[in-house]
Amino acid sequence: MGTEPLFEKGEEIMSFFEILTIIIPSTLLTAAPLIFTSLGGMFSERSGIVNIGLEGLMAVGAFAAAVSTLGLEHSGLGDASPWIAILIAGAVGGLFSLIHAVVSISFRADQTVSGVALNFLAAGLTIFLVKLIFDGKGQTPYITHNIDKVDIPGLAKIPFLGPLFFQQVAYTSYIAILIAILCWFIVYKTPFGLRLRSVGEHPAAADTLGISVIKMRYIGVLLSGVLGGIGGAVYLVTITSNYNVTTIAGQGFLALAALVFGKWHPIGAMGASLFFGFAQALSITSQQIPYLDRLPSVFMLIAPYVLTLIVLTGFVGRAEAPKADGVPYIKGQR
Amino acid sequence: MSYAIEMRQIRKEFPGIVANDNITLQVEDGEIHALFGENGAGKSTLMNVLFGLYQPDRGEIYVHGEKAVIHDPNDATRLGIGMVHQHFMLIDKFTVAENIVLGREPKKNGVLDMKEAVKVVRELSEKYGLDVDPEKKVEEITVGMQQRVEILKTLYRGSDILIFDEPTAVLTPIEIQELIEIMKRLVHEGKSIILITHKLKEIFECCDRATVIRRGKNIDTVKISDTNPTELASMMVGRKVHVQVNDAPYNPQGKVLEIEHLNVADARKVEVIKDLNLTVHGGEILGIAGVDGNGQTELIEAIAGLRKTKSGTIKLNNQDVTNQRTRKMIEAGLGYIPEDRQKHGLVLDFSIAENMVLQTYYQKPYAQMGILQNKVIAKKAKKLIQEFDVRTPSEKTHARALSGGNQQKVIVAREVDRSPQLLIAAQPTRGLDVGAIEFIHGKLIEEKKKGKAVLLVSFELDEILHLSDRIAVIYEGYIIDIVSPKETNENELGLLMAGRKKGGSEA
Repeated sequence: MGTEPLFEKGEEIMSFFEILTIIIPSTLLTAAPLIFTSLGGMFSERSGIVNIGLEGLMAVGAFAAAVSTLGLEHSGLGDASPWIAILIAGAVGGLFSLIHAVVSISFRADQTVSGVALNFLAAGLTIFLVKLIFDGKGQTPYITHNIDKVDIPGLAKIPFLGPLFFQQVAYTSYIAILIAILCWFIVYKTPFGLRLRSVGEHPAAADTLGISVIKMRYIGVLLSGVLGGIGGAVYLVTITSNYNVTTIAGQGFLALAALVFGKWHPIGAMGASLFFGFAQALSITSQQIPYLDRLPSVFMLIAPYVLTLIVLTGFVGRAEAPKADGVPYIKGQR
Repeated sequence: MSYAIEMRQIRKEFPGIVANDNITLQVEDGEIHALFGENGAGKSTLMNVLFGLYQPDRGEIYVHGEKAVIHDPNDATRLGIGMVHQHFMLIDKFTVAENIVLGREPKKNGVLDMKEAVKVVRELSEKYGLDVDPEKKVEEITVGMQQRVEILKTLYRGSDILIFDEPTAVLTPIEIQELIEIMKRLVHEGKSIILITHKLKEIFECCDRATVIRRGKNIDTVKISDTNPTELASMMVGRKVHVQVNDAPYNPQGKVLEIEHLNVADARKVEVIKDLNLTVHGGEILGIAGVDGNGQTELIEAIAGLRKTKSGTIKLNNQDVTNQRTRKMIEAGLGYIPEDRQKHGLVLDFSIAENMVLQTYYQKPYAQMGILQNKVIAKKAKKLIQEFDVRTPSEKTHARALSGGNQQKVIVAREVDRSPQLLIAAQPTRGLDVGAIEFIHGKLIEEKKKGKAVLLVSFELDEILHLSDRIAVIYEGYIIDIVSPKETNENELGLLMAGRKKGGSEA
């Protein structure tokens, strides 16, 4: 490109503003599942339990959302179906995460191994159930009531900002951002948050002050399950609309990376999720964007993952994980 | 009369060891009561039982005359028992106030009220004269202040019986004096204190009575005004304690260690050893005296091959070993008891047996054709455990599970057993009790008698004066003077350590 101006005057070409109106809503859309899931990971790891099983939790959530949306549609609930399905997926994710909690908190097994097991189990179990429910098919039918991209009433009319942020977006994106702020409040402004962080930093200290390390860690993992399940569900009802073995494909690990990139901070995790959302949005929309459309599409497809690597190795620096993250708590150990 | 705390016939067993064997402890209201015993005697176990961290197998606890069952720290706190832990139970990334209120947070509509927390902490710290900054993070404050935070944690919970678990181990001499003042003030305010310690000096400075325990058993409870340090020390160890004095004749032999014009930089690239010259002979203990931070650490690391030198030579047995790899140094005859036993002396999650062969594991008979001979290693370890009186259930026990004194004995056993030409002992008795100190001093003197060279670095002048044949005083990275212990005293050494040479001239 060299010295040539990007957009020549008079040329019938998309303006920079127009490009933004494509990329920003798309970023918000793809970031929402990551925000939910990375917030889930945040609760788990702040309590001191590494949760590499986010991928599996998302898969379970997406599967639960697909099946329940289909069921709810069938019983005539219409547009409410995907919303109720998201809640159901949260509950299923929470239940599923209990496996990780029991294995790694109560039995003090290696948390990485337990998390990996969760991922394998989720992949196998969901596809097995899909085959069982849908007569041996490898994927669910498509849901008909997704959560659609809409113009948000009122806000969409604001000049300039409206088209950028409030047109053609899904409500779930804004709910995700609000939940991130709520999580920040819970973690930093409530007694519960202080206690949660204390068991992730120095469980023995918390124990001597009468805080139940086991209980706090169970809550942390359970919340990661609920939010991970919701994350998977949101991905399904806003983006893919059906469930098969490749649906989640790496989203959970991206959420995990966002958590680290965001330094285990709720707002940081949200910011990192938006960044990864942007990377994915670029690859999805590149065909509509001048100059990018001339690049081989494979570059754009791998962009999110390459960016993840670059960001995690180059920009995060010394990420400060909670001190006791990944360390099982044994009372009275020197 | 009823006691503030009465523990009757407490028994607590751990796999392979009876930590508390029918121990009785009676603490009167408003006294400072010392719980006195060697490392590993069972002091901390007994206090963890009182604080609800361990459940006793047998025995009863009475608090202010009423029978109490203490399942967990919550129960202990409710009964007014607070503990100041040896290894601080503080969260580095939290503020002082957050650490203090954690678990009992002031709330306003369910939201943390940190303003109130800071206010309460300020009030408490003023009332008891415990100077802290409630809004600073724990990682930013000094060790002394961290300890005051620990004390405030118990006061915030309304404790009137305070347990101090070896509180002076991590403090500087000035901070120790401050702590003793604080304890006296707390008692004055109506609190009762149990002080866990193995240091005689502290007991005689502030305690009213002392309960002595040894190997998990009650020995006696005595009034401090009715006893003396020698008597108390022998009660603790179970025999007469001899201060080990280096009285073997001084017959220096050939030069074992020769350091010439040595320059070494520290981690920040500042030159901390400057043109240092030093010779250590076989058959002598050379003590290096000096205030902490005058280059002792870097000097030792340079000799041990752990730190690169900038210039100068280090010769071991007439062989130039400057900047050699550590294994070469070891094979050339170097033994090293490091300053920080947990960081550099042991692999805490290895067994004692594995720790015993850390430098020799690759040699015969510990390895045959590259395969570890675990039976041979275990046999060797068992022998050393017996010879060096390491108190452990077995040689398979992880080093982490041992008390500090026994960890140090493992290191000393390993280093001395290899019979090195030069033995470097850096602060070999820091944090140890009288019995262990006596034992380790004895071993150092034995090495000298065998004709080996011993380089002793210590901040304890007593230790230097008792053991050394010659004393080299280090000041700002060079040897300011070498004196004979028979011709010097603490005063003169103190002046040298501050950089003043004989005759009052500034060096």
